Amino acid sequence: MQFLIDNFDLFWDAFLTTLSLSLLACLVALVLGTLLAAMRVSPIAPLRGLATFYVETFRNTPLTVVFFFMIFGLPQIDFVIGFFTGAVLSVGLYTAAFVCEALRSGINSVSPGQAEAARALGLTFGQSLREVVLPQAFRTVVPPLGNVLIAMVKNTSIAAGFSVSELSSLLPRLVNASAGDLTAILVGVVVGYMIITLPSALAVHRIERRVAILR
Amino acid sequence: MTTPVLFDVQGPRARARARVGSAIGAVLVLAIIVFVLLRLGGNGQLEPERWAILFDPASGVPQALGRALVRTLQVAAVAMVLATLLGLLLAVGRLSDHRWVRVPVSAVIEFFRAIPLLVVIFALYFVLPKYGVRLSTFTALTGGLVLYNMAVLAEIFRAGILSIDKGQREAGFGLGLRKSQVMTLILLPQATRRMLPVLVAQLVVLLKDTSLGFIISYLELLRQARGLVEYFNSLFGDRYTFQLYVAAGLIYILINVLLSMLARYTERRTNRAGRKAVTAEPADQMGAGAGAP
Repeated sequence: MQFLIDNFDLFWDAFLTTLSLSLLACLVALVLGTLLAAMRVSPIAPLRGLATFYVETFRNTPLTVVFFFMIFGLPQIDFVIGFFTGAVLSVGLYTAAFVCEALRSGINSVSPGQAEAARALGLTFGQSLREVVLPQAFRTVVPPLGNVLIAMVKNTSIAAGFSVSELSSLLPRLVNASAGDLTAILVGVVVGYMIITLPSALAVHRIERRVAILR
Repeated sequence: MTTPVLFDVQGPRARARARVGSAIGAVLVLAIIVFVLLRLGGNGQLEPERWAILFDPASGVPQALGRALVRTLQVAAVAMVLATLLGLLLAVGRLSDHRWVRVPVSAVIEFFRAIPLLVVIFALYFVLPKYGVRLSTFTALTGGLVLYNMAVLAEIFRAGILSIDKGQREAGFGLGLRKSQVMTLILLPQATRRMLPVLVAQLVVLLKDTSLGFIISYLELLRQARGLVEYFNSLFGDRYTFQLYVAAGLIYILINVLLSMLARYTERRTNRAGRKAVTAEPADQMGAGAGAP
């Protein structure tokens, strides 16, 4: 316990790094993922193709490989980005593919009658998606989307392998540097993640209860 | 599966607009590709000689990458088998009627689901040695993958077992079967068929996660590529870096695409079988199609 108090600054900095990394990546993933989902159900075939290609590529690429290209590949085309920016982009771009899939499964779960009714009322593609289908899709999609985002928070740990000093990176650093209380280090790191994931899981649960539609 | 009810069959004007849009999009994508290729070419990364090293057995690169691939698959195979078996045990344990089994098993599952896989691997690799247990990178990586995925798989199995109609269980008891018999003869066979797509999807995730071995220096594909890069850099300078990384990345993507195709195949098969069953409920209710990243 004493060890945790002594090194509180270190843990706090690492925690903030993980938190900001998660929030920024979450933003990238949600925006891009929604866009991709809209593209995947759009009437324009090339858009569908492009989005499908994106999703299939990123879903089948290990996040470590995405990091790899971001950190070691981009400099080859003269883009040099910092480790933190690289981490945000890697996690965000990777998670966007999963957000898209979650949203799409939500869109598919809206009963076809709803879309047919919207079309029968004369709404355009954009209108029926915005006014009828997506609001319902977002509701059914709360639990899977929540799972994807919580998994994303845990995935930010991979940034530890790429010179971002976030929570997980404390483990090898502190364990090797000090003969300090090992259990305390482990507990500190685990608790750091739980401070982010547990409230998120709770929030997802509450949102789900509030907006769920019974079918 | 798109929802075609969302839009009408397009008329001539909409088609024309779509064509213009696609053309602009295609030009944009092409521009990006050309830009990347030009930059790469400008840096001399596209010289055939630089890529030839990947296929030239004399350089030792194909053999090294091949061995790395085998090491990757070894970890994945061992971890898949162990995680599936332990996951099944945990799932049954969590559904047990006995509190003293259910509570600790639930705690184990929730604990490992809540912490990042990398932290588990770090704990095995960096923390355990301080207590006198020294694990090889192989054991630490496999162990981490097993501990984490058994918890995830346990939840998948549990969801599958719970999704079976209650009447099946009751009918089993009505026939005078024991609890273990109901589980093994009635529930598990039906649950397995339902959760197979989600199960395979999670195994793809496991295979992807073997790349974490890179971070603890297990010589899987990425770490091997890094090693080769360092070796070649010492001989020729920064000459083959990009090519080796691309090769390692592509091999990873390729094996994952193959496994994903297998996953989709099993999904199609189970869907076909599901339609014949009386209790037809869409299988993606539990996995929501996306799976956890």
